Amino acid sequence: MSQIIKVGMADLNICVSPDGITTLGLGSCVGIAIRDPVTKIGGLAHIMLPDSKEIKNNSNIPKFADTGIEELVRQIIAKGANRSRLVAKIAGGAQMFAFQSNNTQMRVGDRNVAATLKKLKEMNIPVLAKDTGDSYGRTVIFYPENGNFVIRAVGKPEKII
Amino acid sequence: MGEISLDSLSSQYFDVLKELGNIGAGNATTALAQMIGTKVDMSVPQVRLLDFKDVGDMMGGAEQIMAGIYLAVEGDIDGSIMFLLNKTAARHLVDKLMGTGSKPEDVDFDEVEMSALKEVGNIITGSYLNSLSMMTNLKLVPSVPYVAIDMAAAILSVPAIQFGMMGDKILLIETQFFDELKLSGYFILLPDVDGYAKILSSLGMGDISL
Repeated sequence: MSQIIKVGMADLNICVSPDGITTLGLGSCVGIAIRDPVTKIGGLAHIMLPDSKEIKNNSNIPKFADTGIEELVRQIIAKGANRSRLVAKIAGGAQMFAFQSNNTQMRVGDRNVAATLKKLKEMNIPVLAKDTGDSYGRTVIFYPENGNFVIRAVGKPEKII
Repeated sequence: MGEISLDSLSSQYFDVLKELGNIGAGNATTALAQMIGTKVDMSVPQVRLLDFKDVGDMMGGAEQIMAGIYLAVEGDIDGSIMFLLNKTAARHLVDKLMGTGSKPEDVDFDEVEMSALKEVGNIITGSYLNSLSMMTNLKLVPSVPYVAIDMAAAILSVPAIQFGMMGDKILLIETQFFDELKLSGYFILLPDVDGYAKILSSLGMGDISL
Protein backbone atom coordinates (compact mmCIF):
# COMPACT_ATOMS: atom_id res chain seq x y z
CA MET A 1 0.00 0.00 0.00
CA SER A 2 1.43 3.31 -1.00
CA GLN A 3 0.82 6.34 1.11
CA ILE A 4 0.89 10.10 0.68
CA ILE A 5 3.28 11.93 3.00
CA LYS A 6 2.23 15.40 4.16
CA VAL A 7 4.53 18.41 4.24
CA GLY A 8 3.46 21.53 6.19
CA MET A 9 4.35 25.16 5.75
CA ALA A 10 8.08 25.81 6.27
CA ASP A 11 8.64 22.06 6.24
CA LEU A 12 10.21 19.38 4.02
CA ASN A 13 10.31 15.62 3.74
CA ILE A 14 11.51 12.83 1.47
CA CYS A 15 9.58 10.04 -0.15
CA VAL A 16 10.31 6.79 -2.01
CA SER A 17 8.16 5.29 -4.77
CA PRO A 18 5.38 4.10 -4.71
CA ASP A 19 4.59 6.69 -2.04
CA GLY A 20 3.65 10.24 -2.99
CA ILE A 21 4.24 13.49 -1.13
CA THR A 22 1.94 16.49 -0.83
CA THR A 23 1.61 19.99 0.55
CA LEU A 24 -1.77 21.73 0.81
CA GLY A 25 -2.65 25.28 -0.17
CA LEU A 26 0.58 26.83 -1.40
CA GLY A 27 -0.02 30.57 -1.61
CA SER A 28 2.97 32.86 -1.92
CA CYS A 29 5.13 29.99 -0.69
CA VAL A 30 6.89 27.74 -3.21
CA GLY A 31 6.77 23.95 -3.35
CA ILE A 32 9.96 22.36 -4.69
CA ALA A 33 9.78 18.73 -5.78
CA ILE A 34 13.05 16.94 -6.51
CA ARG A 35 13.66 13.33 -7.56
CA ASP A 36 16.19 10.89 -8.90
CA PRO A 37 14.38 9.17 -11.81
CA VAL A 38 16.45 5.97 -11.49
CA THR A 39 16.21 5.19 -7.78
CA LYS A 40 12.79 6.93 -7.67
CA ILE A 41 13.73 8.65 -4.44
CA GLY A 42 12.33 12.16 -4.14
CA GLY A 43 11.15 14.85 -1.79
CA LEU A 44 9.22 18.05 -1.39
CA ALA A 45 10.04 21.34 0.37
CA HIS A 46 7.50 24.08 1.20
CA ILE A 47 9.53 27.27 1.56
CA MET A 48 8.16 30.64 2.73
CA LEU A 49 10.95 33.16 2.25
CA PRO A 50 13.65 33.62 -0.38
CA ASP A 51 16.84 34.06 1.56
CA SER A 52 18.00 32.97 5.01
CA LYS A 53 20.76 35.58 4.93
CA GLU A 54 18.22 38.44 4.90
CA ILE A 55 16.75 37.40 8.24
CA LYS A 56 18.38 37.44 11.63
CA ASN A 57 16.24 34.68 13.08
CA ASN A 58 17.07 32.03 10.49
CA SER A 59 17.49 28.76 12.35
CA ASN A 60 14.41 27.20 10.72
CA ILE A 61 16.10 25.57 7.72
CA PRO A 62 13.01 24.55 5.66
CA LYS A 63 11.60 28.08 5.86
CA PHE A 64 14.01 29.53 3.27
CA ALA A 65 14.59 28.73 -0.40
CA ASP A 66 18.38 28.60 -0.07
CA THR A 67 18.73 26.47 3.06
CA GLY A 68 15.55 24.47 2.40
CA ILE A 69 16.68 23.25 -1.03
CA GLU A 70 20.15 22.37 0.28
CA GLU A 71 18.64 20.33 3.10
CA LEU A 72 16.13 18.59 0.81
CA VAL A 73 18.92 17.56 -1.57
CA ARG A 74 21.07 16.39 1.34
CA GLN A 75 18.27 14.16 2.65
CA ILE A 76 17.44 12.75 -0.81
CA ILE A 77 21.10 11.82 -1.38
CA ALA A 78 21.39 10.37 2.12
CA LYS A 79 18.49 8.09 1.24
CA GLY A 80 20.47 6.71 -1.72
CA ALA A 81 19.73 9.00 -4.69
CA ASN A 82 22.43 10.04 -7.15
CA ARG A 83 23.25 13.75 -6.95
CA SER A 84 23.97 14.12 -10.67
CA ARG A 85 20.61 12.67 -11.72
CA LEU A 86 18.41 14.99 -9.65
CA VAL A 87 15.70 16.97 -11.43
CA ALA A 88 13.17 19.46 -10.05
CA LYS A 89 9.67 20.81 -10.60
CA ILE A 90 8.27 23.82 -8.78
CA ALA A 91 4.87 25.40 -8.10
CA GLY A 92 3.41 28.28 -6.07
CA GLY A 93 4.68 31.81 -5.58
CA ALA A 94 1.26 33.38 -6.14
CA GLN A 95 0.34 36.90 -5.22
CA MET A 96 -2.81 36.22 -3.22
CA PHE A 97 -4.02 39.80 -2.95
CA ALA A 98 -4.23 42.18 -5.88
CA PHE A 99 -1.94 44.71 -4.31
CA GLN A 100 -0.76 47.22 -6.88
CA SER A 101 2.10 48.00 -4.62
CA ASN A 102 5.81 48.30 -5.12
CA ASN A 103 6.27 47.08 -1.59
CA THR A 104 8.78 44.28 -1.96
CA GLN A 105 7.29 42.39 0.98
CA MET A 106 4.02 42.09 -0.91
CA ARG A 107 5.76 40.65 -3.95
CA VAL A 108 7.29 37.86 -1.93
CA GLY A 109 5.75 35.21 -4.22
CA ASP A 110 7.83 36.42 -7.16
CA ARG A 111 10.91 36.70 -4.97
CA ASN A 112 10.41 33.17 -3.69
CA VAL A 113 10.22 31.81 -7.24
CA ALA A 114 13.29 33.78 -8.34
CA ALA A 115 15.31 32.64 -5.33
CA THR A 116 14.24 29.02 -5.87
CA LEU A 117 15.27 29.03 -9.55
CA LYS A 118 18.57 30.69 -8.68
CA LYS A 119 19.40 28.14 -6.00
CA LEU A 120 18.49 25.17 -8.24
CA LYS A 121 20.66 26.61 -11.01
CA GLU A 122 23.57 27.08 -8.62
CA MET A 123 23.22 23.45 -7.61
CA ASN A 124 22.95 22.31 -11.26
CA ILE A 125 19.54 20.77 -10.77
CA PRO A 126 17.46 21.19 -13.96
CA VAL A 127 13.93 22.55 -13.56
CA LEU A 128 11.76 20.37 -15.81
CA ALA A 129 8.49 22.22 -15.25
CA LYS A 130 6.97 25.02 -13.23
CA ASP A 131 3.52 26.39 -12.45
CA THR A 132 4.12 29.65 -10.61
CA GLY A 133 2.81 33.16 -10.08
CA ASP A 134 -0.76 34.30 -10.75
CA SER A 135 -3.13 34.92 -7.85
CA TYR A 136 -4.50 31.59 -6.64
CA GLY A 137 -3.54 28.92 -4.14
CA ARG A 138 -2.29 25.50 -5.20
CA THR A 139 -2.31 22.06 -3.59
CA VAL A 140 0.45 19.86 -5.02
CA ILE A 141 1.11 16.12 -4.98
CA PHE A 142 4.42 14.72 -6.22
CA TYR A 143 5.06 11.12 -7.27
CA PRO A 144 8.75 10.13 -7.42
CA GLU A 145 7.65 7.01 -9.35
CA ASN A 146 7.05 8.92 -12.60
CA GLY A 147 7.85 12.53 -11.66
CA ASN A 148 4.23 13.61 -11.99
CA PHE A 149 3.54 16.85 -10.14
CA VAL A 150 -0.23 17.15 -9.73
CA ILE A 151 -1.60 20.67 -9.15
CA ARG A 152 -5.06 21.44 -7.81
CA ALA A 153 -6.63 24.88 -7.44
CA VAL A 154 -10.06 26.15 -6.46
CA GLY A 155 -12.43 26.26 -9.44
CA LYS A 156 -9.80 25.05 -11.92
CA PRO A 157 -9.27 21.65 -13.54
CA GLU A 158 -6.51 19.53 -12.06
CA LYS A 159 -3.28 19.61 -14.04
CA ILE A 160 -0.15 17.51 -14.13
CA ILE A 161 3.19 19.04 -14.98
CA MET B 1 13.49 50.01 20.62
CA GLY B 2 14.06 46.30 21.01
CA GLU B 3 12.89 43.76 18.53
CA ILE B 4 10.26 41.37 19.71
CA SER B 5 10.24 37.78 18.72
CA LEU B 6 6.82 36.24 19.20
CA ASP B 7 8.48 32.90 19.86
CA SER B 8 9.85 34.12 23.14
CA LEU B 9 6.89 36.20 24.19
CA SER B 10 6.32 36.01 27.91
CA SER B 11 2.92 35.03 29.24
CA GLN B 12 2.43 38.57 30.54
CA TYR B 13 2.80 40.07 27.08
CA PHE B 14 0.70 37.32 25.65
CA ASP B 15 -2.08 38.27 28.09
CA VAL B 16 -1.90 41.88 26.97
CA LEU B 17 -2.17 40.89 23.32
CA LYS B 18 -5.06 38.63 24.26
CA GLU B 19 -6.87 41.47 25.96
CA LEU B 20 -6.32 43.71 22.93
CA GLY B 21 -7.80 40.94 20.86
CA ASN B 22 -10.82 40.69 23.14
CA ILE B 23 -11.65 44.36 23.06
CA GLY B 24 -11.00 44.69 19.35
CA ALA B 25 -13.16 41.71 18.49
CA GLY B 26 -15.90 43.00 20.79
CA ASN B 27 -16.03 46.31 18.96
CA ALA B 28 -15.96 44.54 15.64
CA THR B 29 -18.97 42.46 16.68
CA THR B 30 -20.92 45.59 17.58
CA ALA B 31 -20.08 47.07 14.19
CA LEU B 32 -21.15 43.87 12.50
CA ALA B 33 -24.50 43.87 14.33
CA GLN B 34 -25.18 47.47 13.27
CA MET B 35 -24.28 46.69 9.71
CA ILE B 36 -26.58 43.71 9.25
CA GLY B 37 -29.24 45.08 11.57
CA THR B 38 -29.61 42.07 13.85
CA LYS B 39 -28.40 41.12 17.28
CA VAL B 40 -25.04 39.40 17.11
CA ASP B 41 -23.52 37.55 20.04
CA MET B 42 -19.87 36.78 20.38
CA SER B 43 -17.94 34.12 22.25
CA VAL B 44 -14.76 34.95 24.17
CA PRO B 45 -12.04 35.18 21.53
CA GLN B 46 -9.35 32.54 21.51
CA VAL B 47 -5.86 33.86 21.04
CA ARG B 48 -3.47 31.29 19.65
CA LEU B 49 0.20 31.30 18.91
CA LEU B 50 0.64 28.63 16.25
CA ASP B 51 3.60 26.95 14.62
CA PHE B 52 3.59 27.44 10.85
CA LYS B 53 3.18 23.77 10.18
CA ASP B 54 -0.05 23.71 12.23
CA VAL B 55 -1.53 26.72 10.46
CA GLY B 56 -3.09 24.56 7.77
CA ASP B 57 -5.06 22.53 10.29
CA MET B 58 -6.81 25.56 11.71
CA MET B 59 -10.07 26.78 10.24
CA GLY B 60 -11.29 23.33 9.26
CA GLY B 61 -8.30 22.26 7.20
CA ALA B 62 -5.73 23.71 4.84
CA GLU B 63 -8.02 23.37 1.83
CA GLN B 64 -11.11 24.88 3.47
CA ILE B 65 -12.30 27.68 1.21
CA MET B 66 -12.10 30.99 3.04
CA ALA B 67 -12.63 34.64 2.30
CA GLY B 68 -9.69 36.74 3.40
CA ILE B 69 -9.87 40.51 3.63
CA TYR B 70 -6.55 42.25 3.86
CA LEU B 71 -5.73 45.86 4.67
CA ALA B 72 -2.35 47.49 4.94
CA VAL B 73 -1.88 49.72 7.98
CA GLU B 74 0.21 52.86 8.14
CA GLY B 75 0.75 55.53 10.74
CA ASP B 76 2.67 54.99 13.96
CA ILE B 77 2.89 51.31 13.11
CA ASP B 78 3.43 49.88 9.64
CA GLY B 79 1.86 46.54 9.11
CA SER B 80 -1.37 44.94 8.06
CA ILE B 81 -4.53 43.39 9.38
CA MET B 82 -6.43 40.44 7.98
CA PHE B 83 -9.90 39.14 8.70
CA LEU B 84 -10.84 35.65 7.57
CA LEU B 85 -14.08 33.78 7.55
CA ASN B 86 -15.17 30.67 5.75
CA LYS B 87 -17.06 30.92 2.51
CA THR B 88 -20.36 29.85 4.07
CA ALA B 89 -20.13 32.62 6.65
CA ALA B 90 -19.05 35.13 4.01
CA ARG B 91 -22.01 34.14 1.84
CA HIS B 92 -24.37 34.52 4.82
CA LEU B 93 -23.09 38.00 5.74
CA VAL B 94 -23.14 39.25 2.16
CA ASP B 95 -26.71 37.99 1.63
CA LYS B 96 -27.74 39.72 4.86
CA LEU B 97 -26.08 42.96 3.90
CA MET B 98 -27.51 42.97 0.38
CA GLY B 99 -30.94 41.87 1.58
CA THR B 100 -31.19 39.51 -1.38
CA GLY B 101 -32.19 36.41 0.55
CA SER B 102 -30.03 33.35 1.06
CA LYS B 103 -28.17 31.89 -1.87
CA PRO B 104 -26.60 28.45 -1.85
CA GLU B 105 -23.17 28.62 -0.27
CA ASP B 106 -21.34 27.29 -3.31
CA VAL B 107 -22.49 30.17 -5.52
CA ASP B 108 -19.52 32.37 -6.35
CA PHE B 109 -19.60 36.05 -5.44
CA ASP B 110 -20.37 38.44 -8.27
CA GLU B 111 -18.72 41.84 -8.56
CA VAL B 112 -21.25 43.68 -6.39
CA GLU B 113 -21.13 40.95 -3.75
CA MET B 114 -17.34 41.08 -3.74
CA SER B 115 -17.45 44.78 -2.95
CA ALA B 116 -20.05 44.09 -0.24
CA LEU B 117 -17.62 41.56 1.20
CA LYS B 118 -14.83 44.13 1.10
CA GLU B 119 -17.11 46.48 3.00
CA VAL B 120 -17.81 43.82 5.65
CA GLY B 121 -14.07 43.40 6.08
CA ASN B 122 -13.52 47.12 6.06
CA ILE B 123 -16.01 47.76 8.86
CA ILE B 124 -14.92 44.83 11.01
CA THR B 125 -11.20 45.51 10.73
CA GLY B 126 -11.79 49.27 11.00
CA SER B 127 -13.55 48.94 14.34
CA TYR B 128 -10.87 46.55 15.52
CA LEU B 129 -8.14 49.03 14.60
CA ASN B 130 -10.08 51.89 16.19
CA SER B 131 -10.20 50.19 19.55
CA LEU B 132 -6.51 49.33 19.30
CA SER B 133 -5.74 52.91 18.41
CA MET B 134 -7.81 54.26 21.34
CA MET B 135 -6.09 52.02 23.84
CA THR B 136 -2.57 52.64 22.66
CA ASN B 137 -2.84 56.24 21.44
CA LEU B 138 -1.13 55.11 18.28
CA LYS B 139 -2.26 56.42 14.94
CA LEU B 140 -3.33 53.54 12.69
CA VAL B 141 -4.50 54.27 9.16
CA PRO B 142 -5.83 51.37 7.12
CA SER B 143 -5.62 51.13 3.32
CA VAL B 144 -8.52 50.12 1.10
CA PRO B 145 -9.47 46.44 1.55
CA TYR B 146 -8.32 43.62 -0.72
CA VAL B 147 -10.19 40.33 -0.91
CA ALA B 148 -9.12 36.81 -1.82
CA ILE B 149 -11.30 33.71 -1.84
CA ASP B 150 -9.15 30.62 -1.83
CA MET B 151 -7.79 27.75 0.26
CA ALA B 152 -7.16 28.68 3.90
CA ALA B 153 -3.48 27.79 3.80
CA ALA B 154 -2.90 29.81 0.63
CA ILE B 155 -4.50 32.93 2.11
CA LEU B 156 -2.68 32.40 5.40
CA SER B 157 0.63 32.17 3.59
CA VAL B 158 0.53 35.96 3.24
CA PRO B 159 0.49 36.78 6.98
CA ALA B 160 2.59 33.70 7.75
CA ILE B 161 5.35 35.02 5.51
CA GLN B 162 5.23 38.35 7.30
CA PHE B 163 5.39 36.63 10.68
CA GLY B 164 8.11 34.44 9.19
CA MET B 165 10.43 37.42 9.01
CA MET B 166 10.24 37.69 12.81
CA GLY B 167 9.98 34.13 14.01
CA ASP B 168 8.39 30.75 13.53
CA LYS B 169 4.93 31.36 14.92
CA ILE B 170 1.77 33.18 13.91
CA LEU B 171 -0.60 34.99 16.27
CA LEU B 172 -4.24 34.35 15.48
CA ILE B 173 -7.38 35.64 17.22
CA GLU B 174 -10.44 33.46 16.67
CA THR B 175 -13.90 34.90 17.36
CA GLN B 176 -17.21 33.18 17.00
CA PHE B 177 -20.22 35.29 16.11
CA PHE B 178 -23.78 34.10 16.38
CA ASP B 179 -26.83 35.52 14.72
CA GLU B 180 -28.96 32.72 13.27
CA LEU B 181 -25.80 30.95 12.33
CA LYS B 182 -22.56 30.34 14.13
CA LEU B 183 -19.85 32.17 12.21
CA SER B 184 -16.18 31.82 12.95
CA GLY B 185 -14.02 34.80 12.12
CA TYR B 186 -10.28 35.12 12.53
CA PHE B 187 -8.25 38.26 13.01
CA ILE B 188 -4.59 38.41 12.28
CA LEU B 189 -2.82 41.58 13.26
CA LEU B 190 0.57 41.99 11.70
CA PRO B 191 2.68 44.83 12.92
CA ASP B 192 6.12 45.18 11.37
CA VAL B 193 9.15 44.05 13.30
CA ASP B 194 9.03 46.68 16.04
CA GLY B 195 5.24 47.13 15.97
CA TYR B 196 4.55 44.78 18.87
CA ALA B 197 7.18 46.61 20.88
CA LYS B 198 5.45 49.93 20.14
CA ILE B 199 2.03 48.55 21.08
CA LEU B 200 3.30 47.06 24.33
CA SER B 201 5.36 50.07 25.37
CA SER B 202 2.46 52.43 24.63
CA LEU B 203 0.46 50.38 27.11
CA GLY B 204 3.15 50.95 29.72
CA MET B 205 4.65 47.51 29.50
CA GLY B 206 8.09 48.95 30.20
CA ASP B 207 11.23 47.59 28.60
CA ILE B 208 10.12 45.22 25.95
CA SER B 209 13.49 44.05 24.74
CA LEU B 210 13.40 40.32 25.10
